Amino acid sequence: MTSRWAEFEARLRQVEADLQKMERLLQSPSISEERRAALRLRVDELKRRQEQVTREVFSMLSPWDNVQLARHQDRPYALDYVAAIFGDFVELHGDRRFGDDPAVVAGLASLHGRTVAVVGHQKGRDVKERQFRNFGSARPEGYRKSARVMQLAEKLGFPVISFVDTPAAESRLDAEERGISNAIAENMELMSSLRTPIVVTIIGEGGSGGAIGMAVGDHVMMLEHSIYSVIPPESCAVILNTFGRDANRAPEAAEALRLAAKETMALGAVDEIIPEPLGGAHRNPAEAAASVESAVTRALTRLQAMPVDELVKARYQKLRGVGHYL
Amino acid sequence: MTVPGPNDEAVPDGLWTKCPKCDEMLYQRDLEAALFVCTHCGNHHRLGAHARISITADEGSFVEEDASLRSSNPLGFPGYHQQLQEDAARATVSESMVWGECTIEGQPCVLAVMDFHFRGGSMGAVLGEKFARAAERAVQKQQPLVVFACSGGARMQEGIVSLLQMAKTAAVVGYLRRERTPFLLVGTDPLTAGVLASFASLGDVIIAEQQALIGFTGPRVIESAFKIKLPPGSHTAEFQLQHGMVDMAVSRRELRPLLGRLLALLNPPREAQPE
Repeated sequence: MTSRWAEFEARLRQVEADLQKMERLLQSPSISEERRAALRLRVDELKRRQEQVTREVFSMLSPWDNVQLARHQDRPYALDYVAAIFGDFVELHGDRRFGDDPAVVAGLASLHGRTVAVVGHQKGRDVKERQFRNFGSARPEGYRKSARVMQLAEKLGFPVISFVDTPAAESRLDAEERGISNAIAENMELMSSLRTPIVVTIIGEGGSGGAIGMAVGDHVMMLEHSIYSVIPPESCAVILNTFGRDANRAPEAAEALRLAAKETMALGAVDEIIPEPLGGAHRNPAEAAASVESAVTRALTRLQAMPVDELVKARYQKLRGVGHYL
Repeated sequence: MTVPGPNDEAVPDGLWTKCPKCDEMLYQRDLEAALFVCTHCGNHHRLGAHARISITADEGSFVEEDASLRSSNPLGFPGYHQQLQEDAARATVSESMVWGECTIEGQPCVLAVMDFHFRGGSMGAVLGEKFARAAERAVQKQQPLVVFACSGGARMQEGIVSLLQMAKTAAVVGYLRRERTPFLLVGTDPLTAGVLASFASLGDVIIAEQQALIGFTGPRVIESAFKIKLPPGSHTAEFQLQHGMVDMAVSRRELRPLLGRLLALLNPPREAQPE
């Protein structure tokens, strides 16, 4: 599959590498003042060039480029946001039924001195961790662990903050045997009626049932370059005659599926888009986390002011009203 | 003279039908009398929604609602509008779910039936809305909701709107719970993906029609995606029974009397209900 994103990335990396080289040279004590001044000029020029290239690249992102970006291996994952946003975080493990699923993290955290419950899909960054996290594909135990922690939040009146980032739910035999469908379905029903505020942020891949199983809430947000889709574009292209049952036509499927944040919001599936730093969340994770933190805080302030009965009623009405029919 | 075929299409009287499983030639009349279960190998042939209603609801009791609801093609997905028209012409239903009020073995209920012949029984916005309206009628009438589910999953051509139907229908099941309205789910061949992972896994009682393929991801898809071989009999009604995901796996002939008994048990006189 051709990806312009790979080309974009290569261009960006070249400029960034040049810039780093110059900056290292500048640090060197042995260079003359004259040379230093020249280098400074060169660094400023490269910085301008970097910003210009980034702006250019990001102004022409196709939906397929966006898919690559949402799946980018350097993109911040749930635990990166947790570490950056919360004062404290105690991870809780296990679904109390069968086991513990490392593809889902859950626990209690402190946000501006107040306790919140956190649930989220977790991907791994290196080969070993990726396998350990099952590529962010949750098993039944993951959904049931999140359910257990959300019920604890309800009991004690803590709000729930969910981070969604998964290619899809685990579908192999062991997941089937332990009721992956049931686990996703029960989580959605629970989240639709939980008597405490739920704020959801899709931070990378919002992959079909696996994603929506943890994405039901009062306020659902997407990071600017994340995606939210009923099916991966590659699978869609392979399944539908519309795309000649050809995986190489995934870019067309990505466009037809309208999986980018703006279009998803236009279709009424999310309430807010959180802007990312120029070049994507992975180019400035601290800035991305700060944006997520302020968006989550804003949403919580509004939702926590609502009486719980009203909150749950409004959440139900919103889900009930999901329409688009004639 | 014609009789209804399994897909509700009119089949000339006296025609022979080949069983897709055992290849035996079956006399249409015999097949109909056997509720479209092969008289040779017992294979349960797939039924269209109206054929299913005709063997389930008491004769003449079913009154369909919302038959005119149509997809708005919210994504403007290429080719989708035409596919909808083609399926509507072929399947004798205008969407993948038909719902209405009826009685089953004399017990009043709200009945919703999915049709695999329309877009593979996929769930789009119309199905989500029909499910919600059926549930609301069940609450209003204080009658159980009975749903026959078969589906290839979400309606890809409706993208994120179809995915949202999973959350919508799960939320509606929560509403049935709060309103203490019984919800019976019958899973028929094939029942997979987004429908199984939402309302179809949330029935108060879940009955599977025997031999039906039931699973989150179809076995052939798993085998090709992960390059693995699955043991025989996985992703069937019997497998789901063994793993505790359904209450029973029964033959088509047993289904209607069973539903009658369950409805009678779930629909006790109101004064007998706890406050």
